[in-house]
Amino acid sequence: MFMLMSLEVMLNAAGLAFVLAGARWQQADGQIAFLFILAMAAAEVSIGLALVLQLYHHFNSLDADVLSGMKG
Amino acid sequence: MEVAFYIAAAVAIISTILMLTGLNVVHALLYLIVSLLAIAVVFYAIGAPFVAALEVIIYAGAIMVLFVFVVMMLNLGEHAISMEKAWLTPGIWIGPTILAGLLLVEVAYLVARGGGAHMGAGIVAPKQVGIVLFGPYVIGVELASMLLLAGLVGAYHLGVRTTPRSEVRNARDTHTRWAAPRRDPVLPGTDRPARTP
Repeated sequence: MFMLMSLEVMLNAAGLAFVLAGARWQQADGQIAFLFILAMAAAEVSIGLALVLQLYHHFNSLDADVLSGMKG
Repeated sequence: MEVAFYIAAAVAIISTILMLTGLNVVHALLYLIVSLLAIAVVFYAIGAPFVAALEVIIYAGAIMVLFVFVVMMLNLGEHAISMEKAWLTPGIWIGPTILAGLLLVEVAYLVARGGGAHMGAGIVAPKQVGIVLFGPYVIGVELASMLLLAGLVGAYHLGVRTTPRSEVRNARDTHTRWAAPRRDPVLPGTDRPARTP
């Protein structure tokens, strides 16, 4: 769970840099890039939370180190 | 105007550090929401109001609600209510409330000060953003729609599988708890089942 939240923070940092650069040079492209980052973060967080739910249902734990073995 | 920007940036950095160093998921989520609101105020202060509104609506409104929903859903059980009471003691609210109150005062100041809420070059208006978004970047919009569709299908595919398994488990529990005694109840005082002739 903390991995996903930290991922959100990193995406926000990248978006903040885009918007600041766009505000500095008075271009709308920075905000466009932030919109795309927003869409990507929404898709990513839905997949990630579905994986977290699967992890909890299968292993009764939220520790990512539980997933250390592979089938086969 | 620079003062507002620096205060909001300081609030964002402090709340993000508190989020990363926290041990409890719910407390960290509170600080993450405050961090996103602070970044929205930063956007508003540098002259990007459209992106500030999107940050509040989508990030702090939708994605964080999804996080909180999943965190609260993972702790279903008998001790969930007492655990939530332990999580949300009044002392916990102080840190995020102070930071969010600071942001509220700042936004009130910026709004009361008037329309020219920007530092540096100027405001990139939502109209300009829309013209550029559906002009040269329209292929990006289509790709984002495909990505969101893929995310929807993937989340459905990952999330739908647990339902039959839990249903089977619940049915088995119900069977062992209720169906077995009802199948041949024993008459009181005798040793034979009730339905034997």
